[in-house]
Amino acid sequence: MMIKLSFVTSDGQEITTTARAGISLMEAARAANIPGILAECGGACSCSTCHVYVDRDWIGKLPGKAEDEADLLDFAFEPDEETSRLSCQVTLTPELDGMRVMVPERQG
Amino acid sequence: MSHIVVIGAGQAGSALAVKLRALGFDGKLSLYGAEPVAPYQRPPLSKKYMLGELQLDRLFLRPESFYADQGIELITGTQVTALDPGDRTVFLSNGTKVQADQIALTTGAEPIRLPAAMGGDLPGVYTMRSLADADAMAQEFDLGRRVLIVGGGYVGLEAAAVAAKRGLVVTLVEMAPRILARVAATETAAWIKAMHAGHGVDIREGCGLKVLKQSGGALNATLSDGTDLSIDFVICGIGVRPSVALADAAGLEIDNGIKVDALGRTSHAGIFAAGDCASFPWKGQRIRLESVPNAIDQAEATAATMLGGDQPYVAQPWFWSDQYDTKLQIAGLNTGYDRVIVRPGDKPGSQSHWYFRGPDLLAVDAMNDPRAYMTGKRLIEAGQSPLAAALADPAVTLRSLPLAAQKAA
Repeated sequence: MMIKLSFVTSDGQEITTTARAGISLMEAARAANIPGILAECGGACSCSTCHVYVDRDWIGKLPGKAEDEADLLDFAFEPDEETSRLSCQVTLTPELDGMRVMVPERQG
Repeated sequence: MSHIVVIGAGQAGSALAVKLRALGFDGKLSLYGAEPVAPYQRPPLSKKYMLGELQLDRLFLRPESFYADQGIELITGTQVTALDPGDRTVFLSNGTKVQADQIALTTGAEPIRLPAAMGGDLPGVYTMRSLADADAMAQEFDLGRRVLIVGGGYVGLEAAAVAAKRGLVVTLVEMAPRILARVAATETAAWIKAMHAGHGVDIREGCGLKVLKQSGGALNATLSDGTDLSIDFVICGIGVRPSVALADAAGLEIDNGIKVDALGRTSHAGIFAAGDCASFPWKGQRIRLESVPNAIDQAEATAATMLGGDQPYVAQPWFWSDQYDTKLQIAGLNTGYDRVIVRPGDKPGSQSHWYFRGPDLLAVDAMNDPRAYMTGKRLIEAGQSPLAAALADPAVTLRSLPLAAQKAA
């Protein structure tokens, strides 16, 4: 199944894309060339350069954070307790079809 | 229209080409790769890809269509055979030649192979660098098969972890007195060695491979301590060399890699280099880094130079390794350290090792301790050092570490 996603960049530009269920939100962003998501470790939950804010209407549909993700997020640029996630740790599922995420001004 | 040619379609080449477009370069842009596939991630090869947890399509950095969409001419399976630095002509293995306005060399590094005299050419002897390497050895990873891993660096240790997890019988030999001798302190090496022992890997330090011989359907390895080992296959993880042959033949200056300045410029005007193949100035020395973050960051900095920028690249080295369920994260470079402070983590199985030279923090190895890693990384990047005595006291939290007085700049 293809999941529709909407990324809002820090300068307010909205980019919509589709990605298949099963890959990560970070991989979807990389394929769509979304600026501001660096993902230097390629999805190993080792860097914190793929930080995004998930829209409040959608954050409740995501499974919770693992401890190492929460630890790395604490050091991200302006993290939000409630909506910040590392996009490499968010697996796309049918429930997330239509999800909207915001890209921070910078990573780290 | 101006034409930029990027030679080498790995992580650095891909990042450089993408950054040129992101910065607004609208001329012709070509990316040539010797491997027959689009740019992909190498780190998972010795981790999730070998475990079967990451499929091939997710190994690629971008979908194939991405390059055409970005106006990047991606030519794979093609070697650049020669380079004329005078007029920047590039000769390709398919017989064509291309004249470029600017050239970026992102040729990466190649694994050091066992000499043929030691049996390096025998079937069943592999290196772990490319997708082709990983795919070639995939058939060997069956339950109960016996593998000898030569070299106790991160690649060899990651391969050992994957093999052990897949139920293979794993022996790892390291010629030096201990594993990770070149890159980590005794404390980190001992921690990792104990973890491998817990997973049944037989690590033999101060013990090299003397010779491999075919013996029936198997291989016989004679080790430097005189023992013989019967094994099914060998993974050789004895390091890499920067791929400089093309640059060297073209007369570019080589110094432990293609020599570039802080802007990514080689000794020839209009020719640049970045990533594993390039050595560059860093804190008064010349270094070369073999890492994805450096490949990306240096490539992006060099792309900016190529479009007229003048911001020197300041490397902030960091590395990671995943073995079993342990996440190792490394910030900084420990070269020249004179002591290591061990700090227990908040959770069982977590710990961090902090490298100092005098009062100065150089690097941190964090095992299952992302908070220690991030704290160390921030401090190193800011040129700050925690007081060692406070660091060793687990009652002092990472957030409240007292800092040493800043050095005069």
